[in-house]
Amino acid sequence: MKIHLPNSAFLGNIDPFLRGFDPSGSDSLEITANEKWISVHPVVLSMIAALGVRVRPDHIKCVPLEAKSKHYLVRMGLFRILNIPSVIRVVEHEPAGRFIPITQIRTSDELTKFMTEMIPLLHLGFDQAKTIGYIVSELVRNVIEHASSEHGAFLCAQYYVKSNAIRIGIADTGVGIKKTINQAYSATTDLEAIQLALRPGITGTTRREGGTEQNAGAGLFFIKSIVGASRDFFVIYSGNGFYKLLKRPPSSRLRLNADPFKDRHSTEGDLPYWQGTVVGVDITLDQTKEFSLLLDAIHKTYTSAIRERRKARYKKPRFI
Amino acid sequence: MKSISIFNKAGTFAENKDIARDIRINEIIPALTCNEEITLDFEGVEAATQSFVHALISDILRKYGIDHALEHILFKSCNETVKKIIGIVVDYMQEGMGIETQED
Repeated sequence: MKIHLPNSAFLGNIDPFLRGFDPSGSDSLEITANEKWISVHPVVLSMIAALGVRVRPDHIKCVPLEAKSKHYLVRMGLFRILNIPSVIRVVEHEPAGRFIPITQIRTSDELTKFMTEMIPLLHLGFDQAKTIGYIVSELVRNVIEHASSEHGAFLCAQYYVKSNAIRIGIADTGVGIKKTINQAYSATTDLEAIQLALRPGITGTTRREGGTEQNAGAGLFFIKSIVGASRDFFVIYSGNGFYKLLKRPPSSRLRLNADPFKDRHSTEGDLPYWQGTVVGVDITLDQTKEFSLLLDAIHKTYTSAIRERRKARYKKPRFI
Repeated sequence: MKSISIFNKAGTFAENKDIARDIRINEIIPALTCNEEITLDFEGVEAATQSFVHALISDILRKYGIDHALEHILFKSCNETVKKIIGIVVDYMQEGMGIETQED
């Protein structure tokens, strides 16, 4: 496998980075990087970590990093998680208030422990911490419950003071969305599976409305709605499929759609194959709607979606 | 009347679905089976995920029926967001119940 760290890869411009990923040869990993500058979204580091832990450390080749910003990779714990040496020397600072280094979470209990440690680490107000905690919990639980990955979820996050934004990346190398969703549905492509997974009340565990006792199929819809309400980017990449919820101007009206393809978005259906699922989230904190107001909008959209599905199943009169 | 402190089991951020399932199976269902009233006390819980609330009550709503379940379960000391999450779960279960699918 080959992955190149470009000078810039954030959710708005991540597409070329993903197109350049080479998944062939899963027993080795070659990491190259821009020589002058590396500035990447946490999701990029989560992806490299998820790939790297599947490869023996002596089969990971990382070119000597020349970019001035190379220290960032060390601070985020990339070399530590890959178990490969780094010659880059940095002075470690207390991370509170700035970032969550790459963290591997494999079990429900590890997640609960991480949640208690994470919220104080971000040094945010209660409402903001609650929103971030909500997103992280739901995304990581998806991995633990559905991905069937022995390595679990890799996540990291960065707080950007200037934009007052949190960027979060979560990656796994599990079975991917299509395999999970197709336990109950028949998506023919990864993109179609992503579209289904983002709809409220759609879960791979059952076709029954209301889901099973443990799964409702609501988690990704909630997260897309939270991000949509803050008018930020949300990216999901699984198999060859890629969906990006695009930023919206601050003046635009809050509108939640049950069908993700009715939101302002972009898609790709033929990206290099990612075995598993990758999710990237941006949340601009001063644009985050009050959570309880957002829940009202989610409530309305969710119940309308179920009513529409109910209506679609009504028996129709036969006219001859 | 049986009272269950969610805070004591799930902490300030109620997100662990395994804990929700254990409360449902080990505490709520036995009490409902005995026709006992149950108070789910959210005092001290600052946030709960939809997944947690779903794992806590959805199966009960389905198995015991909305009317019976909601007549026997009280939700105490919920803040505004927890109330709304519970409301969403109760409503989507009510909306969804009764819809027949190929699987049913």
